[in-house]
Amino acid sequence: MIPYLITIAILVIIAALIGLALNLQWGLAGLVNFGVVGFVAIGAYTTALTAPSIGWLPAMILAALIAAALSAGLALLSIRLEENYLAIITIGFGEAVRLVILNEGWLTNGALGIANIQRPFASLTEQFGGDIVFVIFAIGVLAVVFVALEGWTRAPFGRALRAIRDDATISAALGKPVFALRVRAFAIGGAVMGLAGALQAFYLTYIDPSQFSAIVTSYAFMAVIAGGRGSNVGLLVGAGSIMALLEGTRFLKDFISVIDGVQLSALRLGLIGVGIILQLILRPQGLVPEARRKAADVLAKPREAA
Amino acid sequence: MRTVCALDGLRRGGAVDKRPAFLEVCTVTKRYGGLVALDACTLSIATGGITGLIGPNGAGKTTLLNVMTGLVRPDSGTVHLSGADITSLPVHRFAEMGMARTFQIVRELGSLTVFENLLLAPRHQSGEGVGAALFGRRKWWAEEHANAVRARALLERIGLWHLADQPSSGLSGGQKKLLDIARALLLEPQLILLDEPGAGVSPPLKLEMIRLVRELRAEGVTFGIVEHDMHLIGELCDHVHVMAEGRLLVSGSFEQISRDPRVVEAYLGAAA
Ligand SMILES: Nc1ncnc2c1ncn2[C@@H]1O[C@H](COP(=O)(O)OP(=O)(O)OP(=O)(O)O)[C@@H](O)[C@H]1O
Ligand SMILES: [Mg+2]
Repeated sequence: MIPYLITIAILVIIAALIGLALNLQWGLAGLVNFGVVGFVAIGAYTTALTAPSIGWLPAMILAALIAAALSAGLALLSIRLEENYLAIITIGFGEAVRLVILNEGWLTNGALGIANIQRPFASLTEQFGGDIVFVIFAIGVLAVVFVALEGWTRAPFGRALRAIRDDATISAALGKPVFALRVRAFAIGGAVMGLAGALQAFYLTYIDPSQFSAIVTSYAFMAVIAGGRGSNVGLLVGAGSIMALLEGTRFLKDFISVIDGVQLSALRLGLIGVGIILQLILRPQGLVPEARRKAADVLAKPREAA
Repeated sequence: MRTVCALDGLRRGGAVDKRPAFLEVCTVTKRYGGLVALDACTLSIATGGITGLIGPNGAGKTTLLNVMTGLVRPDSGTVHLSGADITSLPVHRFAEMGMARTFQIVRELGSLTVFENLLLAPRHQSGEGVGAALFGRRKWWAEEHANAVRARALLERIGLWHLADQPSSGLSGGQKKLLDIARALLLEPQLILLDEPGAGVSPPLKLEMIRLVRELRAEGVTFGIVEHDMHLIGELCDHVHVMAEGRLLVSGSFEQISRDPRVVEAYLGAAA
């Protein structure tokens, strides 16, 4: 049971990282990204390919940087255009990444994938056994990312992104460099997705193209919608409950004998869909509303931000 | 360029504003399909003054304001600010150049609170940088505090202080208009272009607005005001341009233009 819980914990952490990234791009900045999984895959493959030669930490940093650079590039190409075009371009990007991974066998080993990826702190892992060391490591990564994103969200940077999401024209007329801010938000989000991919590669120690299907993107959107667009705390709750629902309902088949496994897995996804729809009707702002700065906080004596 | 514009104005308008121009629009043309919204329009806004811009519905006033602030690119013609050509400057640079504007149809930043709307506006916020947002916290927090004090004073003045922490999407039409003006003021501009600031605002607050504009003018701020409320124009403006069908029809003092038969005709013509 404990190993199973640990597996769920790590899956939740990876999903939360991806969700946090999308929450910055789409939740806060209003930039839709249907190619989320492409950036995760880039991060995973960069890590898997470079970690043996340059070590796990430089590999993770490289994964984040490459994903960020690709995000920025994509944003530069398309953000001037309407939201719909960004949607189309990111869908195309996600699909292109999948095809490249599948077909450029010399680099990615094609459909067979890459095996035997060394985890960070491999020797410690042997000592303490199981995945406990990796869980702590993953929590550490999530904590750092969460603190940074929360910092950005609550800073004038985040407020400017929210303003641009609400109305880009007004924001520009108020002197905000709309284009530059959007590119930055998109790049930061891409970096975090790359990190999530790196964690996934390390955790599974094996990656192949089938892990990077469009469902990863869908889960990220579900987490953002459930948690509340723009709220990082909400995102954690949203990602947690969606993964808990997905994984928890696995056990249903032990209790229900009338349906088989395949039917059940379809049913589980359906349940989440129904849950999201119910939520959009009953609580459209999500589980946790977006944080807003209170006038009294700023008017109080200058001090470190709360 | 400047002389060309001035001569053009002389030929058309009659009484030319002799003070130095802060903002100049030179033979600007803007077409929307077959419709000519601006037809070689030439006019200027004098430094330190309050210039009115009036004309019947569809005369092209809003379009002209959009051209002046970079939101609409003219098909031909130029816009000069203190002599510098700013026609093709990106929109966000206009604020940096000391220009601010409000909108005829207010498009508020609905998910921001009233107070956040105001805190957003000030220029040069270090906390908008990716690095400084995280690592320069003390600095941007101090900036926020200073901006907040000014924002509070403005909100009290326009009677919106009690709504500071409400989402701005919940404001009434007139309140949104006032918020829009307050937001523009926090940019600390040298030139403010107001598109129908009085529309939908109650009489006492309109008086407050007039007082506010006068005070700022005394501090050296230049104004351009589009308005249908002739009382407000008469109270505030020291020079008025009348537009019709995308062109400058007449300019002069409020008394001059209100006596001018062409102005009456333009308004009646539009109504007929
Ligand atoms: N984006 C646009 N597309 C097509 N036509 C437009 C557009 N913007 C303005 N126009 C047309 O240009 C003309 C001038 O419009 P404008 O909004 O500048 O008038 P206005 O003087 O501000 O009028 P009002 O007093 O009613 O606000 C109108 O005939 C309008 O229909
Ligand atoms: Mg108008």
